[in-house]
Parts: sequence; C-alpha cells; structure tokens
Amino acid sequence: MSLLKITNLVQRFGGLTAVSEFQADIQEGTLNGLIGPNGAGKTTIFNLISGFYVPTEGTIEFDGTIINGKKPHEVTALGIGRTFQNIRLWHDMTVLDNIRLSQHYHLQYSLSGAIFRSRQYYKREQEIKEEALKLLDIFGLKDKADEFPKNLPYGIQRRVEIARALSVQPKLLLLDEPAAGLSSTDVVDLIDHIKWIHENFDITILMIEHQMQVIMNLCEHIKVLDFGKTIAEGNPEEIQKNPQVIKAYLGDEGDIYA
Amino acid sequence: MEKIRQNLFIVSLGAGVLVILLLAATGAIDLYVQTFIMFMGVNIIFATSLSIVNGYMGEFSCGHAGFMAVGAYVASVLTVIMFTPNKLTGVPLLPPSLSIVLFPVIILIGGVVAAFAGLLVAIPSFKTRDDYLAIITIAVNFIIVTLINNMAVIGGSRGFMGMRKVIYTMTDVFQFPYMLFWVITFAIFTVFIIRRFVSSIYGKGIIAIKQDEVAAEIMSIDTNKMKLVAFMLSSGLAGVAGGLFAHVIGYVNPGSFSILKSTEALVMVYMAGMGSLGGSVISAILFTLLLELLRPFQILKWVIIPLLLILLMQFRPEGLMGDKELPDFFPKLKKFYKFK
Repeated sequence: MSLLKITNLVQRFGGLTAVSEFQADIQEGTLNGLIGPNGAGKTTIFNLISGFYVPTEGTIEFDGTIINGKKPHEVTALGIGRTFQNIRLWHDMTVLDNIRLSQHYHLQYSLSGAIFRSRQYYKREQEIKEEALKLLDIFGLKDKADEFPKNLPYGIQRRVEIARALSVQPKLLLLDEPAAGLSSTDVVDLIDHIKWIHENFDITILMIEHQMQVIMNLCEHIKVLDFGKTIAEGNPEEIQKNPQVIKAYLGDEGDIYA
Repeated sequence: MEKIRQNLFIVSLGAGVLVILLLAATGAIDLYVQTFIMFMGVNIIFATSLSIVNGYMGEFSCGHAGFMAVGAYVASVLTVIMFTPNKLTGVPLLPPSLSIVLFPVIILIGGVVAAFAGLLVAIPSFKTRDDYLAIITIAVNFIIVTLINNMAVIGGSRGFMGMRKVIYTMTDVFQFPYMLFWVITFAIFTVFIIRRFVSSIYGKGIIAIKQDEVAAEIMSIDTNKMKLVAFMLSSGLAGVAGGLFAHVIGYVNPGSFSILKSTEALVMVYMAGMGSLGGSVISAILFTLLLELLRPFQILKWVIIPLLLILLMQFRPEGLMGDKELPDFFPKLKKFYKFK
C-alpha cells in the first residue's frame, strides 16, 4: 500500500527551481534512499514533506491525507518523524525531557490542567514518562535519561535524535544524513541500528545519505536527484551501474580529459 | 514522609504570611515597612511574569510596563466607579460592602484585560523574533502609555486617583490590612502558577522554543499557540502586578509605566538569571531593597544600579542563579522544599 505519494512537486525560490516535477510513491514498510550531489534539492524535499515550505506546485499525500500547506507540528502529529542533518536536540534539556516533549500534541490537558494539576494531568504525565523510559530502554539509553545531550558523544546524540523522532510514533521516518559526522565504526553501528529499527518498529523509512556504504547496504529503492530533477531510480545495483548517476557524481569522462 | 515534607513548606509559608499580617494588624510594623513589603510583592509578580517570556521562552520583551499600565488602569477605574463616589458615574455602582469580596476579582479582571493587550506582542511574535520582536515590544509600551496620556476620561497625563478611597471603603466595612494580604497572596499565587506551568510537559514547550524552535515544530509542538499562551500569561500577570501597584500607591499616572519601569523588570530578571524562578524572586526582593537603600542618593541611584548590572554581567554573565533553582545550590533544601 502506498504511504507517501508525491505528485509533480515543484518548489521555486525566486528564480531558482530547487525541486522540479518530483514524483514519489513510497510503499508501506519499505526502506528508501534519496541521494544526489550537494544542492540537488534533497533537504528541500524533506522540508516540503515535513511542512516547513509550502510547495509551489504539486501535492503530497500521506496516508490518504493531503498534507501540503499543513504546519510542521500537524504533519508530525499525523505520523511523520524526522531527524536533521545537523543534530537539533534541545541541548539544555535532559534526554528524558527531549523524548517526553514529543507528546506535546497528544497531551490531552492544557494550561488550566497544568496549573491546577487535574487528574488527567497526573495520568498523562505518568504515562508519557513511562513510555519515554521504555523507548530509552529499548535504545540502550536509559542510563543517559538525566544527562544533557550537549555532554554526550556525537554518536550517542545521533541515537538520541533518532529515538526522539521515533517517540512521536511515526509511520514514516525521515532521516536526513544520519551518518554525517560519524566515525567509520559508528557508521557500521548505525547501519545495524537502522536495520533493527526498520524491523522492530514496523515503520517506513526515507533517508538522505551521502555515504554509499549506508545507502547500498540499507535501501531497497533509491532515487537520485541532480539540480532538482530526478535523474535515476531503482534498486542499488541498477543505480550503481547507471551512467547518468556516475556522471552526476564524478563528472563526464569527457570533462576529465578535455 | 514525602507528604510531611511537602506540607512543611506550605505550612511555613502560611505561618510566615500570618505573622506578617498579625504584626501589621496590631501595628507592630509601621506603614513604611508595610509599604516596603508590598512593593517587594508587586516587584516579585512583575519580575517573575517577565521571566516567562525573557527567561524561559528566550524572547526579549522590553515593554513589560505597558501591560502593567493596562492592569493598573483597568483595575483602578473599576474599583473607583464601583465602590466610591466619582466623576464618571457620580454614585458608586455597587454597595461598598461588596468591595471586600470583589476587590481580588477586579484585580484579576485587570489581569485578563492586560493578557489581551499581550496579543499586541504575541501575534507579531509568530513571524518575527529576537531584535525585531524586541523593537515591537518597545513600540507596544509607547502605544499603551500614549493612549493613556490622551484619554481625558481617566485623567490623561495628570493621572488617575481615588484608589485610596476604595481602600478606606474596605477598611470601613472591616478593619484589616487588605492590600498587604492581597499583594502577598497574589505574589505567592504567581510564583505557584509559573512554577507549575514551566514544570509541566505543556509548559516545557516554551523552553523547547527557546532552545530550538525548528526542532520544537518538528516534535509536534504548536509553537504559535505556545507563544500566545506564554505572552498572554506573562502580560496578564503583569496586569495583576499593575492593579495591585495602583492600589498600594493610591495614584497612577502614565509616566510611571514608561520604558524606565520596563527596564526595572529587565534588570530584575537579568540579575536573577535567565530561567530561574527562585532567582527572580530573590532579585526582586534585593532590587526593591536596593532602590530603598539608595533613596537618599536620589537620581544617583540610576547611576549605581546600572553600574551594578554592568559589573554583574562582566563577572557573572549568567546572572545570580543562571537557570538553576534554590535546591540546586543548597541540596539540603530538597528535604523540605518540594515545590510542586
């Protein structure tokens, strides 16, 4: 079944067309990759899906709802979790708080509940805390619950960020360069980790990545972007052999000898 | 055991208030000291309410006195026309005996109106932040003061008075240090509300906005709504401070809510440390004390206080307490200071 269906997506910034005629049909339960040279428009697509930009043209349909024009928090509440290229944790809040805040949309109490401490307040705070601790436990981060992310090693911060993205209980997880800035051993861990998440959380993943090792190991289906246009798609083997992809990444053979 | 600890704090607080009230009622502490305590209370409300926006949410609002003015004028006009003979309606609208009951309600109404005035800052904050929003807050302060200056009905720049008579009306019904009682009660109430707000997941949304607004949006926090809540709560409580301030002094004029008053609030919050409620309370007390001690130096105090601020920023840029609370400094306090 199709979970995310993007048709004719166009995004223009003034005279620059960052994304043109982007199409995608992501099936439920699959692991997809989005690659391309710098400035190809990959992160722009992520920003369009998660609601930071309103597309110039085209539609994004998630789980049967048209989501373009919705605010990021509404999109998240529908079930799209996301991480960022540069880690965007709340660095002066404990790891536990980072995870707990993901339930902000589903609190079921408001200002008066918080001030007068209604029964609902105690019930929900307790539930949310238990859920958060359970998630941290699964991720092997329970002993880090009271630490501040800024004091943790980079690899662990990545892990916390992925845990936080999962804490909104998403159906679709968007990972923006999860291997960026990781050491080679951490990258191997990350590959296993993403595989494990994919199997255990019953989730669809769309990831942007530059490290071919990660993409080729994980993704069943890959799309290649260059200057906002889709230049190739298919499974890892097909992509590796595709002359246009090689050209986009390495340049024309003619260019080298010219 | 837990229960006793929690209650110990509340009981000691209640006992303290009761002692002050008893001393005031019997005349053991004179009016000067009483007024001083009331100013402390007003400043506590004024400073802690600003710390919601400037401390916890990380926006720079510097027109806080504008909202105080709204609360002060709304509450003053209401009490005066309702309980005393006045120029606007002639006879009081309500029987004077009701004043005892309705006084806190009117102070709260002043707060509610001020909260709506807070929309003037809250709505621009959806689109802009930092320096630009700071300029908008200054503008709002000017708008409010200028509006009041030009409203002849409520005295314009000459100010508005008659609140003293309201207090006399209340004491005529029953002898009691009302203002002292209400200032202390509202001060405790304010700290209580803010504490509960920022310690709930709901309220932590504004701390998330301060630390990374993009991440806050993506983690399903409705940032616009939280900004609205924070600004309205902050300006509403400032309005409460204004209503009380007006009735303590017995006279308000637009001049007393100028940008200088807003600066006082900023000094208190930055002296306290961003995002420390305990700090804001302590620095409000210290600041009031300082103002009083420096009174003999007259205008020179506006050289000494900013100088202190500069020195503080130089040697302790995070303020007195940073983002920590009292028990973080004195772990022993945790035993009976479980402030929920």
